[in-house]
Amino acid sequence: MYPPAEVWWRPIDRLERSWVIIAFVWALVLTAMMPLWFVVGKQNVPVTTYRTTPERFRETVEAFAAEHQVGERAGIPVVAPPPGGDAYVYAQRFSFYPILQLEKGEEYRIHVSSLDVQHGFSIQPVNLNFQIVPTYEYVITLTPTESGEFQVVCNEYCGLGHHVMTGTILVNE
Amino acid sequence: MTLTSERAEYRVCPVTQFKVDLQSEALIKVNAVAAVVALTIGGIAAILIALTRWEAVGLLPPEWFYRLLTVHGTNMLIFWIVFFEMAGLYFGATILLDARLPKPAVGWLAFGLMVVGALFVEITALTGNSTVMFTAYEPLGSNEASPLFYLGLILFAVGALVAVGLFFATVVMARVEKTYEGSLPLVTYGLVVAAIIATYTLLSGAVALVPPFLRTIGIIEHVDPAFYRNFFWSFGHPAQQINLAAMVAIWYAMGVMTVGGSPVSEKLSRFAFILYVLFINLGSAHHLLVDPGLSFGFKTFNTSYGMYLAVLGSMIHAFSIPAMLEVAQRRRGFTNGLFEWLRKLPWREPGFAALAVSMFVFGWIGGVTGVTMGTEQIDMVAHNTLRVPGHFHAAVVGGTTLAFMGFTYYVIPLVFRKRVKFLKLATWQPYLFGLGISLVAVGMITAGIQGVPRRTADIDVVREVPGTVHLSLAVVGIGALIAFTALCMYLAVVLASVFTGPRVEATSLALVQPMEPVPAAAEGSHVAPKGTFVIVLVFLAFFAAFYLANWWMLGRTWFVS
Repeated sequence: MYPPAEVWWRPIDRLERSWVIIAFVWALVLTAMMPLWFVVGKQNVPVTTYRTTPERFRETVEAFAAEHQVGERAGIPVVAPPPGGDAYVYAQRFSFYPILQLEKGEEYRIHVSSLDVQHGFSIQPVNLNFQIVPTYEYVITLTPTESGEFQVVCNEYCGLGHHVMTGTILVNE
Repeated sequence: MTLTSERAEYRVCPVTQFKVDLQSEALIKVNAVAAVVALTIGGIAAILIALTRWEAVGLLPPEWFYRLLTVHGTNMLIFWIVFFEMAGLYFGATILLDARLPKPAVGWLAFGLMVVGALFVEITALTGNSTVMFTAYEPLGSNEASPLFYLGLILFAVGALVAVGLFFATVVMARVEKTYEGSLPLVTYGLVVAAIIATYTLLSGAVALVPPFLRTIGIIEHVDPAFYRNFFWSFGHPAQQINLAAMVAIWYAMGVMTVGGSPVSEKLSRFAFILYVLFINLGSAHHLLVDPGLSFGFKTFNTSYGMYLAVLGSMIHAFSIPAMLEVAQRRRGFTNGLFEWLRKLPWREPGFAALAVSMFVFGWIGGVTGVTMGTEQIDMVAHNTLRVPGHFHAAVVGGTTLAFMGFTYYVIPLVFRKRVKFLKLATWQPYLFGLGISLVAVGMITAGIQGVPRRTADIDVVREVPGTVHLSLAVVGIGALIAFTALCMYLAVVLASVFTGPRVEATSLALVQPMEPVPAAAEGSHVAPKGTFVIVLVFLAFFAAFYLANWWMLGRTWFVS
């Protein structure tokens, strides 16, 4: 509150110095963890991104759905992409299209984008979350490690019907 | 030497002996009043939306939930906080430096722009003409936000920039006119840091918000949504780091005002503030960690504030402030064991209670969870879940807002020159508010860990959730009721004190529990802050446990790359 008296550039107390050193070492640990996990961890943030347009992406998704459709649920096609291959999902207010049917333990490159505003891609109850930004095609390379029916929830506010926006991912053994 | 021929009128504060420029004092008052008005609007919205997310109550229909969530976000994260910071800047630049305010008219212009801007936003948001949330992610606003919404935010930012410019001018003039000797007081130093951060933050805000504004009035057609996100968050997150610097400055001030003593190492405390200036803006990348288009290197370097050096700054303050109190107490003679000094602190003094609770909630809940989910890979299990608002309610509400509330109890006698009424309420208010907000934050964090999305009117319509989720959301609702009660207590004290009763001159700094002055003979003697050292080590152990538990949780989920 008051201007410091006389000379304030004094040596630091021993305990205070110890704390600064400990805190700095902790900061280094925090810094090192991310590259370390990048190398050895199996859960890393996808990077691959392409530019796209809503029209082009819709066509790609519809072509993909037509080619690999295996069923239908409430008017939305259930699509089984080839293991190791590409899958395409678009988000638009207030749904995801199509429903994916995956194999447990297989890797898929899932391309997601939006036809209108920003959305969220939140796989529940696994709890993996990504941002969907229109005009950007985000490639999420995913390997399900459990089987069952999972929900995709939109977790970015996208309009007054945001809370009813949902999609499905099925994972077979 | 004086720079201009203007004359200022002063009074001398009978308690602190500071010279108070009357124009500056008037600006402090109007900004503080505007801040409290915004807090009231935001607070009413808060309780309504919290009771909607508590699914068992489910108060509002979705349309009103989203509308009031926009109102809540803009009022609390922008208007309340920035108006209060402006009051703080005038206080730090004039009163603490015994200086006059050059060109008070500029201060009034800034205030006018901010009020007009805030009104535009309030009106469009409350009438449902900008239900786009505080973030207004592109291109959501192209159909859903009125041009007045963007214009309001821009006018508010420009007004705040003008006031920040006046603050710098005042500090420089105080230097030239030699109104104080030696170095700047640490509190003003912290406020200078807040003002530097504010300058580039508000400029980023203008860069983010001008293109969508031009789009809404038809001058340009398309705004890149990723570009917008990047610039919006260079405004949105650092706006809260202005609070951080201002809050830490106020922590030091409240420590000195209620307990006494002086910073144990001016050198280290100032160094920690410098770390904020250099590194803290990088943290805005926290919001972009699971966005398309950005590389691992960009995300990690930025989200780590360049090797967590801004976090180091906060950890230094986390030691320095309690150490300052411990040294003062030990010099008073409370030297038994590790913690006698702690027990003998003025726990009934509102300003001290606010300081203690604010530091605890900010550090232990807000800080720890923020650094953890701001880790690049861990963000995949946290992004846009309720963990995010859980973190920032602890940091911004439990930390900043509570610190600012505590500080107002001292602004009332010293600046408004009114006697503080209902002192019992003032004593209890920080504890109750801290409890309520902690429950809100912990409820949100546990719900978020279970995958509950933020900004969602109703989670039961699309999926069945386990009972533990409903329990977490009930904790949020109950916490919100407690915090809202404490907010009403705060408003009762402030309004009753300011608007009723005669003007009286303050006679002491303390409101409830004055402390003996630190014996002059003990000043300068060496005292080791051993108790503080133990406290920070326990804190670090908790931090490490929470952080590592999150890596463990991430390691169990699906493989992704």
